[in-house]
Amino acid sequence: MSLSSQDIERIAHLARIRVTPADVLDVQAKLDGIFKLIDEMQAVNTQGIEPMSHGLDMVLRLRDDVVTEIDHREKYQKNAPQAAEGYFLVPKVIE
Amino acid sequence: MSWNTFATVAETVKELDDKKVSAVELATHYLDRADALQPVLNAYVTLDREKTLAEAKVADEKRAAGDAAPLLGVPIAHKDIYLIDGWRTTCGSKMLENFVAPYTSTVVKNMTAAGMVTLGKLNMDEFAMGSSNETSYFGPVKNPWDLSRVPGGSSGGSAASVAAGLTPASTGTDTGGSIRQPAMFCNLTGLKPTYGVCSRFGIIAFASSLDQAGPFAQTAEDCALLLSAMAGFDTNDATSLDRPKENYSRDLAKPLTGLRIGLPKEFFGEGVAPGIAKAVDEALAVYRKLGAITVEVSLPNVKYSVPAYYVVAPAEASSNLSRFDGVRYGHRAAEYTDLMDMYKRSRAEGFGAEVKRRILIGTYVLSHGYYDAYYLQAGKLRRLIAEDFKRAYEVCDVVMGPTAPETAFQFGSKSDDPVKMYLNDIFTICANLTGQPAMSHPCGVDENGQHVGMQIIGNYLDEARMLNVAHQFQLATDWHKRHPNI
Amino acid sequence: MAQWEIVIGLETHTQLTTASKIFSGSSTAFGAAPNTQASVVDLAMPGALPVMNIGAVERAVKFGLAIGAKINQRSIFARKNYFYPDLPKGYQISQFETPIVQGGGLTITLDDGTTKFIELTRAHLEEDAGKSVHEQFDSESGVDLNRAGTPLLEIVTEPVMRSGKEAIAYAKTLHNLVRYLDICDGNMQEGSFRCDVNVSVRPMGQKEFGTRREIKNLNSFKFMQQAIDYEVRWQIEQIEDGKKIVQATVLFNPDTGETRAMRSKEDAMDYRYFPDPDLPPLVVSDEMLARIKAGMPELPEAKCSRFSSQYGLSHYDALLLSQDGATASYFETAVNSGADAKLVANWILGEVSATLNREDKTIEQSPVNAVRLSNLVARISDGTISHKIAKTVFEALWSGEAASVDAVIESKGLKQISDSGAIEKIVDEVLEKSAAQIADYKAGKEKALMSIVGMVMKASQGKANPAQVNDIVRRKLA
Repeated sequence: MSLSSQDIERIAHLARIRVTPADVLDVQAKLDGIFKLIDEMQAVNTQGIEPMSHGLDMVLRLRDDVVTEIDHREKYQKNAPQAAEGYFLVPKVIE
Repeated sequence: MSWNTFATVAETVKELDDKKVSAVELATHYLDRADALQPVLNAYVTLDREKTLAEAKVADEKRAAGDAAPLLGVPIAHKDIYLIDGWRTTCGSKMLENFVAPYTSTVVKNMTAAGMVTLGKLNMDEFAMGSSNETSYFGPVKNPWDLSRVPGGSSGGSAASVAAGLTPASTGTDTGGSIRQPAMFCNLTGLKPTYGVCSRFGIIAFASSLDQAGPFAQTAEDCALLLSAMAGFDTNDATSLDRPKENYSRDLAKPLTGLRIGLPKEFFGEGVAPGIAKAVDEALAVYRKLGAITVEVSLPNVKYSVPAYYVVAPAEASSNLSRFDGVRYGHRAAEYTDLMDMYKRSRAEGFGAEVKRRILIGTYVLSHGYYDAYYLQAGKLRRLIAEDFKRAYEVCDVVMGPTAPETAFQFGSKSDDPVKMYLNDIFTICANLTGQPAMSHPCGVDENGQHVGMQIIGNYLDEARMLNVAHQFQLATDWHKRHPNI
Repeated sequence: MAQWEIVIGLETHTQLTTASKIFSGSSTAFGAAPNTQASVVDLAMPGALPVMNIGAVERAVKFGLAIGAKINQRSIFARKNYFYPDLPKGYQISQFETPIVQGGGLTITLDDGTTKFIELTRAHLEEDAGKSVHEQFDSESGVDLNRAGTPLLEIVTEPVMRSGKEAIAYAKTLHNLVRYLDICDGNMQEGSFRCDVNVSVRPMGQKEFGTRREIKNLNSFKFMQQAIDYEVRWQIEQIEDGKKIVQATVLFNPDTGETRAMRSKEDAMDYRYFPDPDLPPLVVSDEMLARIKAGMPELPEAKCSRFSSQYGLSHYDALLLSQDGATASYFETAVNSGADAKLVANWILGEVSATLNREDKTIEQSPVNAVRLSNLVARISDGTISHKIAKTVFEALWSGEAASVDAVIESKGLKQISDSGAIEKIVDEVLEKSAAQIADYKAGKEKALMSIVGMVMKASQGKANPAQVNDIVRRKLA
């Protein structure tokens, strides 16, 4: 399968990654090769096979409903690019 | 003090116990060596002498007070994917160039509880995506055996640092071979445990269903000591296995008489470099001499490992890396017009080419209309591969083969062709897809003097046996005792 | 209007009443300073992982059992991927293909007393997002992640409602139920119960659905009604003007009473769902299911039919008394204290409700508690006081003038006169002055009798037993 430059632009937008036209060409060439590799698996008939994610059949463990966390805002906001009055700041979102 | 910089963990523990050396002395020795070789190898991203020496001092005080933690005072360096409270944690990325971790990962906590002293944070492929350590924002790590060659990846710094005697041991993570392949390239022993044995909490996620932490050391004996410290149930990780602590050293001394080694014919085909095939054959002869028997097994679906992996890993990564959006931490572009532009520029600037490529692949395979053909199909192939292994273990105890189809390659020889790079992981990926434990130990050199690794893939939770197997091999051979002249 | 059929489906986000968040140990308390209830998990710090809260699972199961749904004992968490500042991970953990609750339904009762069964599609567990503030900063929005990770049960109906009234009745019934089950506090101002309403219209008789628009985040029943009314009118006008409805998400503006489409997001539909690899399948064990079943409260519907069969109440009264837990328990406490059930019902639905409404109080806050009401009703039944006097007593109890029914009756001398000699005396006095009424009565005017009885009651200051008065007057005029 071959990806069009529109495909690349669409997925780059979905992934919120800015791409220049030159990037698109480079990515397109490389992704083509990768998808050729990936598409090898399409030949396998997997009808009726249960997909697997974790080798050992795991079941979700459940935590008791208790509050265990305390306020660490000051520490946690030290890495923030922009914060004020306890908020993380982003360019104004208009709805 | 003169210290053998290539002392093993076991030897170091003994010297500490015998009071022949102090934790502060050890830390100072390795920090000095790390500083000296940093311009040559670029193994570390962050060293913090003050923090390390403070930890070492505490270890010495504890020892004086009678503390008997098993690895008290032994230095360890961590791949820069592990969060340690107060330490810069970059994951090899510009995105996290200035990120200071606000909490500590469970594995590091466990190792600290066992008494280990953190030497620093090791260089790696950006977000663990790479097989050569060439994708790090902080520059490539050099292979201490041959500075023109890659150390392997993604845990390149972890391998190079131990190989060069910058630390007795290190941690890595393995999503598709990121411990085993660099262990081979640098002539080390490295282990990826069963998925769920080591907590993933506080380790920056690449592909959540594949990632697993593990140790690098010179010997299997050391790996057993390290894994015993690292592993353990963690309530903070829903995929952590709820089981009692294990002593992974318990079976090291067992003889290998009657051990059944499964040799998958798929691991011995034409793709394997002749020098590797030869070294592996000779190592298998050693195993037979030790009493093991070899049986041929077949893993017919293992050939789909690479395609399945290059769906699952990018898909999960594309989602895992969405949190790096320049809002709460990490790189934010200096200039932008609005929120959308802020996202796009921050991520375009913060991530390197390989990371962006994988995010795009992952986004594509999950996007509307492709889920069934890719992610779901890959999940089904994972089951088929796991079933292949299940059948194999009916007739064998461990599966063996070369760790990688090629030995350490020259810088730049594959970096322009991602597919070529990806195929270097062809033998390691299957164990990540199935969640089985797997390790690599030194077993020879090829015609260029480059190191060959033997991969041992075990059945689920069979780490103690695998370590026993590798240890017995190491008692009979000396490949693992070779060190680079650096 | 008659040629258009309205089709409505609801998606309701109910915040579950857990102490801690769905995937972290942070508090869910409302109103804390920004980002003070946000842990490394809620902030999506690198390396942080979700751990599931059993309280959220139990509440979801409780809801599923209450609506007769199928509980999927193995359900899957999925990631819904999209970028937004209040969504720290860049994905929301939700359930997609296999929700914990599937099917089931609710019976709603409309104002005219008719009932309708509303089928539910599913209810699934997910995490809430944070909040953005847009007014506080000049050129930035502020992000507060205290709410991020609060457990939600998203309850989705089939598109089976055919009017705004039905939609409101459904939302109110659901609102009652979740509070009844104590899984959601129902506080709509704080956003604990938020409705998204999918509205479409189609020509009467057409099989296919029209194109729907989704009105987001309605947090009051009044707004819901206004929004639906506006949206329906708007859609019909569009179609009648020959325009097409474009699928959209719309917001309701309470100030203008209008709905308007949000800026369209071309990628909004591509959420790239996939099973969350951090969370193995959620298994509800047989033991857990049995434990929750055993702890289930009696549900409104069952309670309603029991009230009508056990206490001989009309269906309508039983329905009103069983709709919310507090009223039902007030009723039963009063009855169990010995009073006549029908009389208690009348009092609760009459005097008690009216007074509570007037003073904007809930039944739990009623100054006249169930036991006192029971005593009051018992005094009516045993003839100590009349209905009319009982109201005076009720008022005295309400205002706190006296602590017990008997004390009020005693101190105010309100005891009913049942001594027939005493009543006869009063009747005689009244008859002496009522020649005209007597004549009317004898001429066949039944009404005149009522007037005489009224005068007797008045003369007794309301204390005479009305039934006895009636008998005596009739006898004397016979």
